Amino acid sequence: MMSKIKSFDELKSVQERLKAGRDPKKPCITVCVGTGCLAYGTQKLVDSFREELAKRDLTGKIDFRTSGCHGFCERGPMVVIFPEKIFYQRVGLMDAGEIIDKTVLKGEIIDRLLYVDPATGEKIIHEDDVPFYKKQTRLVFGQNSKVDPQSMDDYLAIGGYSALGKALTTMKPEEIIQEVIKANLRGRGGGGFPAGWKWDETRKAKGEPKYIICNADEGDPGAYMDRSLLEGNPHLVLEGMIIGAYAIGSSQGYIYVRNEYPLAVKNIHIAMRQAREAGLLGDNILGSGFNFDVKINRGGGAFVCGESSALFASLEGRAGEPRAKYIHATDKGLYDKPTNLNNVETWGNIPFIIEKGADWYASIGTENSKGTKIFSLVGKINNTGLVEVPMGTTLRKIVFEIGGGIPEGRKFKAIQTGGPSGGCIPEKHLDLHVDFDELTKIGSMMGSGGMIVMDENNCMVDVARYFTNFLVSESCGKCVPCREGIRRMRDILVDITEGRGQESDVELLEKISRGIKDGALCALGNSAPNPVLSTIRYFRDEYVAHIKEKRCPAGVCRDLITYSVDPAKCTGCTVCSKVCPTGAASGEKKKVHAIDPAKCTKCGACRESCKFDSIIVR
Amino acid sequence: MINLTIDNRKIEAEAGQAVLDVARENGIIIPTLCSHESLEPTGSCRLCVVEAKQGKRTRIVTSCLYPVAEGLVVDTKSERVMNVRRLVLQLLLARCPESEQLKEMAAEMGVAAEPRFTPDKDNVKCILCRMCVRTCEKIVGVSAIGFSYRGTEKNVCTPFKEDSQTCIGCGACAYVCPTGHIEMETTGDTRTIWGRTFKMKTCKVCGRYFAPEDQLAYISEKTGVPADNLAICISCR
Repeated sequence: MMSKIKSFDELKSVQERLKAGRDPKKPCITVCVGTGCLAYGTQKLVDSFREELAKRDLTGKIDFRTSGCHGFCERGPMVVIFPEKIFYQRVGLMDAGEIIDKTVLKGEIIDRLLYVDPATGEKIIHEDDVPFYKKQTRLVFGQNSKVDPQSMDDYLAIGGYSALGKALTTMKPEEIIQEVIKANLRGRGGGGFPAGWKWDETRKAKGEPKYIICNADEGDPGAYMDRSLLEGNPHLVLEGMIIGAYAIGSSQGYIYVRNEYPLAVKNIHIAMRQAREAGLLGDNILGSGFNFDVKINRGGGAFVCGESSALFASLEGRAGEPRAKYIHATDKGLYDKPTNLNNVETWGNIPFIIEKGADWYASIGTENSKGTKIFSLVGKINNTGLVEVPMGTTLRKIVFEIGGGIPEGRKFKAIQTGGPSGGCIPEKHLDLHVDFDELTKIGSMMGSGGMIVMDENNCMVDVARYFTNFLVSESCGKCVPCREGIRRMRDILVDITEGRGQESDVELLEKISRGIKDGALCALGNSAPNPVLSTIRYFRDEYVAHIKEKRCPAGVCRDLITYSVDPAKCTGCTVCSKVCPTGAASGEKKKVHAIDPAKCTKCGACRESCKFDSIIVR
Repeated sequence: MINLTIDNRKIEAEAGQAVLDVARENGIIIPTLCSHESLEPTGSCRLCVVEAKQGKRTRIVTSCLYPVAEGLVVDTKSERVMNVRRLVLQLLLARCPESEQLKEMAAEMGVAAEPRFTPDKDNVKCILCRMCVRTCEKIVGVSAIGFSYRGTEKNVCTPFKEDSQTCIGCGACAYVCPTGHIEMETTGDTRTIWGRTFKMKTCKVCGRYFAPEDQLAYISEKTGVPADNLAICISCR
């Protein structure tokens, strides 16, 4: 247990001592234990490394670290061996002994664990040379691989809490706020409101106590950047919050985190306990006389609770329902007191702004969107994972250079940004420079940074139906347009995908959308029509094909498609007849097969199994 | 006092008053379904939306909640506003096809049912305006009813849909319900509401049944007035 650190100078000497105790040349095996890698079974690999090190009497002689998410989730389990940063991916759960014997002890590279660049076929040894990492700017997320999230020593050894020390001892609260304003940090949770201005309003608001809140109620399907940051580097988020609390004049903070994120809850709990023990949280932080503490509240699984006023209601113990925000939360938020709510990633940016200065920070990004943004890149993409790039990076770079393009050479169709209530962006906008304003201009939004890639096999009407259906089940039900309107839109979309669409449906969907956008009470409702509006805007022809021709061009909507065999391609290999669960696909060996539409359930098993691409879906 | 404009009329009002209240004081009609003079506004029906221009910014706001301010320009019948109101009514008509009150309101506003919205068949007349829940909590003070589930599944009920031990059978919820969804049956010496049957008390003077015993006991306890003094109905008092 660490004794209380009583001043900035003492903090510096603790950091120095920890740093000096670490030989940068000493080998260190780092295993990613982010949720993605854990899902591969990485815990077994971790246990095995510990055992194998002990067996060879190497415990302590070779450092071993479990770290938070590195972002390249597609290639887990991942092992990085320092100091050379040798990068092993898709590591087998029984590979620990071999890695120790060959790579750590003898310096040999294990060929089969290296990443192969699909573009060049070249095997890549070092992490920094992997295109996925090389083309990113990992400002906030980069520390994840350098620290064990459960070790405050690790965080201190890389200079952690220096920004807090600097803020508390050398800066006035107003100066900190001015620095954040100058950096033009905009809220990473979705709205993109300038964080500094929000801080300033909360500081100047009348009423005590003032609260600050970290919004970790990330609920977008497929998005997990806040999760990975909180799991992988909880002290960074905590440091940002303490600085913010000091600037705003708050003595009580809350972290509102999804209960579905058990590792994040656990790691932030540990980090808070460690910070309290070290005098970085609680009374008289770093001997400055400033008092601040944090409580954790676990969300009950409602998407709407990511909306600030619903989050306050939930924190207060009431049902998570939004209210009109004509009086800002900075004046009347939690318990009707001045409240400053920022998202996990926003708080995570603060220590860098304070440490390196607003000018440096503002040099990254575009004119009105500064810094970097972490995106969760998922869907039909080769390199599924978390990527951090400067604001203003093009979608093309994110999808094709970092993301590695679309699997199996299929054609890119759209990218959905901004979560369920964001929009689908077509190919013609791939050169868009991604920032808050550019995304809004073309009918989507930044949201918290989810990016779902779709290819030619995705039906955009079906995509709109999927997201709308998600929002139907996540509407809180308080106001009429959202509760009743979204479900009617969903019903119409279901009709269209099942062949019951009517000619006037597209126009009607647009009309309902306008009514919901104007009429709904909160941002969830206001933005709920976006998936429908953006798919109509960019993929109207697909709606028309479904409605007028009763045809699904992408071959997705079951009621509108038929499976048949292309006689020119079929070799009569019989594989389709073997995988077909209903006996619809049949034929004699070495003769062209056929599919009986009366028996076919359109499950797609034949198409997936055919090596000759002879199954036609129309 | 501040100056604002509603539908091209210059109006004086007290700062902080809600647009809806100011409009009503000046004889300007804005339709509502969840607003009640005795209850705090909640902003859930969305019928009362208006277009508000403050400085350069024009947006659709909820008039029952939006505070008036100097220079505010309000349009209560703009095309955007009417589009929201039409949609809200069409959605509610499809939800509660049996509600006479909604049909009347729609007819008054010239709104026809949207044929593409299949009417719900569950005979529910509740529009989730929350007046019953708010009355029970804020005015009666017992919170016997509340909401369960969320979104389209949301409904008003007693906790776990069991007989409520806190309900006093006062019927205030049924009284404020704008669509007649809440069923209450009073027959002689009993009253049934929310699945529970209450015993009615007779007036000491006229001998007629006038209030549930539980309600009188609750009033007595809350006000300190002896139960005996409450045993006379309003007409005989």
